[in-house]
Amino acid sequence: MEPTIFDCEQLTVRELNVALRALPEGSSAVVLHPKGRHNMAVGMIKHLDITFEGSVGHYVGGLCDGVNIKVNGFCGWAGGENLMSGTIRVTGNASERVGASAHGGTIIVEGDASTRVGISLKGGSVAVAGDIGDFAMFMAQAGVLLVGGNIGEALGDSLYEAIVYVAGSVKSLGADARYEDMTASDVATVSNLCAVAGFTHINPNNVKRVASAKQLYNFDALKAQKY
Amino acid sequence: MCGIIGLHILDAELEPQLGTLAHAMLVQMSDRGPDSGGIAIYGDVAKNGNLKYSCRSNIQDFDWNQLAHMLGVQLVRHGDGVVLIGAPGLQSQIESQGVSIMSTGVAIELFKETGSPTSVLNRFNIKSRVGYQAVGHTRLATESAITTDGSHPFSTHSDLSVVHNGSFSNYFSVKRDLEALGEKFLTDNDTEVAARLLGYEMQHGRDLGDALRVLQKTLDGFYTLLCATENEFAVARDSVSCKPAVIAVHDRYIAMSSEYRALAELPDIDSARVFEPAPNEIHVWTR
Repeated sequence: MEPTIFDCEQLTVRELNVALRALPEGSSAVVLHPKGRHNMAVGMIKHLDITFEGSVGHYVGGLCDGVNIKVNGFCGWAGGENLMSGTIRVTGNASERVGASAHGGTIIVEGDASTRVGISLKGGSVAVAGDIGDFAMFMAQAGVLLVGGNIGEALGDSLYEAIVYVAGSVKSLGADARYEDMTASDVATVSNLCAVAGFTHINPNNVKRVASAKQLYNFDALKAQKY
Repeated sequence: MCGIIGLHILDAELEPQLGTLAHAMLVQMSDRGPDSGGIAIYGDVAKNGNLKYSCRSNIQDFDWNQLAHMLGVQLVRHGDGVVLIGAPGLQSQIESQGVSIMSTGVAIELFKETGSPTSVLNRFNIKSRVGYQAVGHTRLATESAITTDGSHPFSTHSDLSVVHNGSFSNYFSVKRDLEALGEKFLTDNDTEVAARLLGYEMQHGRDLGDALRVLQKTLDGFYTLLCATENEFAVARDSVSCKPAVIAVHDRYIAMSSEYRALAELPDIDSARVFEPAPNEIHVWTR
């Protein structure tokens, strides 16, 4: 079926979102001239293929369940925030908080991503081909982050059960994050995610695993005596 | 909130479009800062050792022609905007006539006012301006009153302009230190402290990048700063970076703004490298 074309020059963000929501299950849509507007394709709860021909603003694809979004350009703050399921792919660089609080689905950034990638991630996967900034995966509870490049300061501070795989260097680990050996299931996870993301520059043999040391899980009553 | 835009043109063929491009960029940031707007335009460098004084007066129907005649300077009007071009050292003579000087320098002209950013841009005919660099701001006041003097950009030293999204927490103590060093403040605004600190450091031999490094060590708070001098264009962020910033690097220009949508209409933006600068980073471009 031919995709439905929407031109943002003629539509407000609200009109665009209402029109996208009205499309039948399984439709595809192409959005022209997004010009960095915020909140586009937020809260779609059916399977839709949506392509943005240009850069988008904040919160693209937030709260969606089942979408397949492609952004041909740069993505503003919190792309895929609270994603439930589906895929969001950004061909350019991404700004802060990619995949913040996402519960499921896969978010792929083909360029670099800025700070706070996967903050409070609750499931799903975030894959970044290039470098990412500081404070990634802060308090991430579940899910996976795969990074093909380097990572900034305080990676995985107060991490719970989420896992990070990184091919490049890490400037510093956050509190309670530590390097661990790769297991067979890690190899499978990284292979699958590389295949889904289309990353050929990394593989399970050239990534390191970072996970929680779980020393902050329980209150240590004796620790207070040290102060 | 507040919105920031900046455009630093590398390809001289774009210079006639500076005003149109900067106008469109700032209008996009209006909803981040509906209280007031302002812009510094760099271009048309004054010759023969002259300086450009960007002026305004609260006196109704002020007779600028008479002032220009009295001082023996050239008067240039841009809508409601006033630029006097003349010899250095006229500041106190100009100010004694009930006039505020918003900027002085060989290249800078500064226009700012309270009211919606679009109305401010229209008042000063920004669309028609030619130049090589613009630094603009839309203000949502948090730290001090909504006044013209409290609007951005701040230009405290020759050819310097500073716009700021955020707030400084220790600016009163830094202000006291600068006052002890001889700086005289005109407002209670925290951004004026940042501008005077940068200006003071540059007067003492630092370039803009090094002055921003001093600022990062001295001032505490949230900030994305965009600053320019006659030759430099710089972006600096604090260590937490919760105030937005997007930079576009193109062969023909460097552009910066709070949000991408301000950059969306720039020529050939799809070929630019667009990215968010990292915490604590300082980016400086020199022409």
